[in-house]
Amino acid sequence: MIDFSILIDNWDAYLEGFKNTVLASLIGLVGSFVIGVIVAVMRIAPIKPLNWIGTAYVEFIRNIPLLIIAFFFYVGLPAVGVTLPGFVAGTIALSIYTASFIAEAIRAGIQSVPKGQMEAARSSGLTYLQAMKTIILPQAIKIVIPPIGNQFINLVKNSSILGMIAGLDLMYFGDIVSSHTFITFDVYIFVGLFYLVLTIPLSLGVGYLEKRLARSH
Amino acid sequence: MFKSKTSKVGLIVFLAISMLLAACGKGDKATSGSGKNALDQIKKRGKIVIGVKYDTRLFGLKNPKTGEVEGFDIDISKELAKEILGDEKKVEFKEVTSKTRIPMLNNGDIDAIVATMTISEDRKKEVDFSDVYFDAGQSLLVKKGSPIKGLEDLKKGTKVLAVKGSTSAVNIREKAPEATILEYENYTEAFTALKSGQGDALTTDDSILYGMVDQDPNYQLVGGTFTEEPYGIAVKKGNKELVDALNKALKKIKESGKYDEIKNKWIKTN
Repeated sequence: MIDFSILIDNWDAYLEGFKNTVLASLIGLVGSFVIGVIVAVMRIAPIKPLNWIGTAYVEFIRNIPLLIIAFFFYVGLPAVGVTLPGFVAGTIALSIYTASFIAEAIRAGIQSVPKGQMEAARSSGLTYLQAMKTIILPQAIKIVIPPIGNQFINLVKNSSILGMIAGLDLMYFGDIVSSHTFITFDVYIFVGLFYLVLTIPLSLGVGYLEKRLARSH
Repeated sequence: MFKSKTSKVGLIVFLAISMLLAACGKGDKATSGSGKNALDQIKKRGKIVIGVKYDTRLFGLKNPKTGEVEGFDIDISKELAKEILGDEKKVEFKEVTSKTRIPMLNNGDIDAIVATMTISEDRKKEVDFSDVYFDAGQSLLVKKGSPIKGLEDLKKGTKVLAVKGSTSAVNIREKAPEATILEYENYTEAFTALKSGQGDALTTDDSILYGMVDQDPNYQLVGGTFTEEPYGIAVKKGNKELVDALNKALKKIKESGKYDEIKNKWIKTN
């Protein structure tokens, strides 16, 4: 039977951790989306050097473990004089890492719109950016919503990386509570429940958005 | 109870085999539970089997180049063998960890534990301890030139690094309630964080901190020790003769100056 006294006795620790996990996730969502859009645009823009930079970013970042990126910001950057607290280092790592997946999702979405549409729009006199904005993006967004939603859910769960670099998140306090009480299973069950409180609404929200956009076109 | 004769025969055969195996097993063990005392057995065998750490800098660390285990615990064990058996080579080392050492001792795989083991009331219920052979205690490690000189300097805003689940993390919260405590997975990560400037001090047993200083001399211990962690040699419960022999040997090593020689060789106090 699960021992609820663990949750009650350590409520402050859980709450503090939850607060920081929510904060890291929110910053991560915005940060990764902004970086992801920029990188995706670089990858598909009709300018070769930008393509290269975008591709290099995606291939480099998404192919190394998040933990290593987090350690880089936490213990690597101080070597060049920049010391970031665990929370900040972890959130930056989380945004940069997730951005590489979001960029790929956006690129795939845009490129899945048939090429002929861009050509038709351009030959009707629209500029590249106008064609993007009025013809391509409205169609791409529908395709892109589900994969981006998945990445956002992953981001919330991946924020547990903060626990490894003293980022004061749910996982960090979960580790501490379990190592002081010697109760492992129950402690992490509650940690898991707190993550569900975040991810289930996010998941439902993405599903709703998907349906709304499907109707509008 | 038995359905047929064959099952009865089967049972007898099974019992006979298990007794035979048990008898064989005993021959291989370092100490057997019954009969003669452990000390006599060690003398008869002509060597003492000691459990030591293989992964603890300065106390028991396997040198990857030579394959030999080296450290304070190792040298002390060799001296004990010299006192008890007359030859420092009459000692065999077996690797133990904090988790395996008591089970291995009770199984008879080893005669004694010399592995940075703190004498505590809980452990005294399971094993017998010799006199203290090393006085460890919780201390603070800081970068040389740090304004932190001791516990009293751990004020609000100071970050103290510790390891998740360690007693030192609990202790430091009591002793320095205003400081921020950050906890890491293990000592390597905590030390890396200290080196990266993520904290102002690192706290744990001084014996482990000395190992970190040995690795990176830009760091030093400050403020002395503020808890007592006396290390003892553990033997199987009820082996009074062996405990007495170990205590006598320890006393001799201390009186002859050999103890200080070994201590100074490994532990360099600033």
